Amino acid sequence: MYRDRNNSQSPQIPVPQGHIVPLWDNISPSPSLSNHRLEAEQLTLAYDNATIIRNLNLGIPAGKTTVLIGANGCGKSTLLRGLAKLLKPKSGIVYLDGKNISQLKAKTVAKKMGMLPQSPVAPEGLTVRDLVAMGRYPYQSCLQQWSTGDEKKVAEALDIATMTELADRPLDSLSGGQKQRAWIAMILAQDTDILLLDEPTTFLDLSHQVELLDLLDELQASQGKTIVMILHDLNLSCRYADYLVAVQQGKVYATGTPQQVMTEEMVRDVFDLECRIVLDPLADTPMCIPMGRKARR
Amino acid sequence: MTKQWLIIRPKVLPISFHLDRRVPVILLILTLVTIVAMIISIGYGEYPISPIDVVKTLLGLPTANDDYTFIINTLRLPRTIAAFLVGAGLAIAGTITQGITRNPLAAPSIVGVNAGATLAAVTLLILLPNTPISLLPFAAFVGALIVSLLIYLLAWQGGSSPVRLILVGIGFSLIADALTDIMTTFGEINTVSQALVWLAGSVYGRSWSQVLALIPWIVIFGLMALLLTRELNTLNLGDEVARSLGSRIEWQRGLLLLTSVALAGASIATAGAVGFVDLMSPHLGRKLVGASHEGLLPVAAMLGGMLVVVADLLGRVLFAPNELPCGIITAAIGAPYFVYLLINQQK
Repeated sequence: MYRDRNNSQSPQIPVPQGHIVPLWDNISPSPSLSNHRLEAEQLTLAYDNATIIRNLNLGIPAGKTTVLIGANGCGKSTLLRGLAKLLKPKSGIVYLDGKNISQLKAKTVAKKMGMLPQSPVAPEGLTVRDLVAMGRYPYQSCLQQWSTGDEKKVAEALDIATMTELADRPLDSLSGGQKQRAWIAMILAQDTDILLLDEPTTFLDLSHQVELLDLLDELQASQGKTIVMILHDLNLSCRYADYLVAVQQGKVYATGTPQQVMTEEMVRDVFDLECRIVLDPLADTPMCIPMGRKARR
Repeated sequence: MTKQWLIIRPKVLPISFHLDRRVPVILLILTLVTIVAMIISIGYGEYPISPIDVVKTLLGLPTANDDYTFIINTLRLPRTIAAFLVGAGLAIAGTITQGITRNPLAAPSIVGVNAGATLAAVTLLILLPNTPISLLPFAAFVGALIVSLLIYLLAWQGGSSPVRLILVGIGFSLIADALTDIMTTFGEINTVSQALVWLAGSVYGRSWSQVLALIPWIVIFGLMALLLTRELNTLNLGDEVARSLGSRIEWQRGLLLLTSVALAGASIATAGAVGFVDLMSPHLGRKLVGASHEGLLPVAAMLGGMLVVVADLLGRVLFAPNELPCGIITAAIGAPYFVYLLINQQK
């Protein structure tokens, strides 16, 4: 079951100072561990009767970028939804800052954690500013619908996402990259320490993918946010992740730094793909070169 | 930065909100048009009264003819006020359903909610002809609620398929209409003829007692809708986003649906099946002030009220001395609009 061989086989990879090794698959996490903002304990997630995630344990380190990788249908999106309180666990507990998330109020959770689902759709005619302002929902009440604080945070969020100039444009008139930045601005306006993103780079071309990941990376670095996202591109995952979580058929296959997780064996087991792992000449992170039939000829 | 927004944040009160800058102007224009249409509508008839006399009478000033007071205040004013309230109620109901289903085609009159309300009200009219008028909204509300719940159970499915919702809804519409036909076929002749006028969607002969029975419904649930606009905004972004913004979506959607059903039911109990107002008003509103519901909801409500007041006037003017029910006029404008939206939807 437990197959994270890297940890024992590659002792040459040093664990950086002050960094806590994330919890492994079959070790029970302790909710009091302060370095984990978000934790899953014996988490089982299911849609109707189809169990997607079974008895999963995972800790998300604070102030780092964690990327979930895995083949299509492996359950990584479901896992993210479970962590985000979008899906009620069949059994097990998700802890947010040590508290059972299902006992927290929806707005309390929304002030700590923002979630961007995969390719969200905005209603026709909604402007960027309208959308970003909705990020303030958890802070507003019937009487206080637009405080100076709301206004400031929305302006900041638009600024960070470089959407200020496009603020009064309807979303449906924007390009894919701009749309995605508008949504990012919305969850930035939500002003949470933790950001969960389900494939934020879907439908973006490579330059916009890199632009978006750079934006998130800078946010993480400057504001110490905890970011958890699902990415499909393994090489970009390795470059931008502090931690990788490889998910295989509803289980955590391996967690650790990209160097620890990204091995030829992992890619073979998780993605059913033969590959070579080389070093990214620019970032010194692992890169996966798929074998395929053509390269073997 | 907020060129597009009007921000209201009085220093002395703990209140703050924002509106699209266009909202107050649009509301003012719509109000003026509505008032003018109402004055013309009140003046028009077998016994014409000049607009100036209409205004004088409404303001309680003396006029040349003492009969005006009776004709205006007792006969004609309740009719046009009923038309306005019905239109506003239907428009708010439509704005809510389009918002929570994220479906631009969803409107109570399309998906059978109105047909359910009609069936319940006709059943009451025919089986218990002596029922007080104030009970009619309750019956219509129950009928609308039952159809809404059936649609919710059979066709909602997370709002994934707009066309499925419409098709199932049209099915319910037809079933309810068929049952209504059976009621009118076997009912007693006098009550049936009364029900038939009402069925076509008309504010003909509406009296103060009917207006007074309608007002609390429109005021209470209209205010409720206004208080829930931010919830409507988040639900309009989809369940996942709404939930992660901290919306308790099942509870809020339930409350909004109930509000919509109450408004549609009470409006239909007063004027019968006035169709398509609930479909058109939110669309026109979005074109005028954008998709954010704080501004859209009141604008759509005014538009709906204006549409029915004007439709009622047109119904009397176009083929005078014959009178067409306002429901037929709204259908004549609304049905092609629905087809246009349907074609756009398929793209």
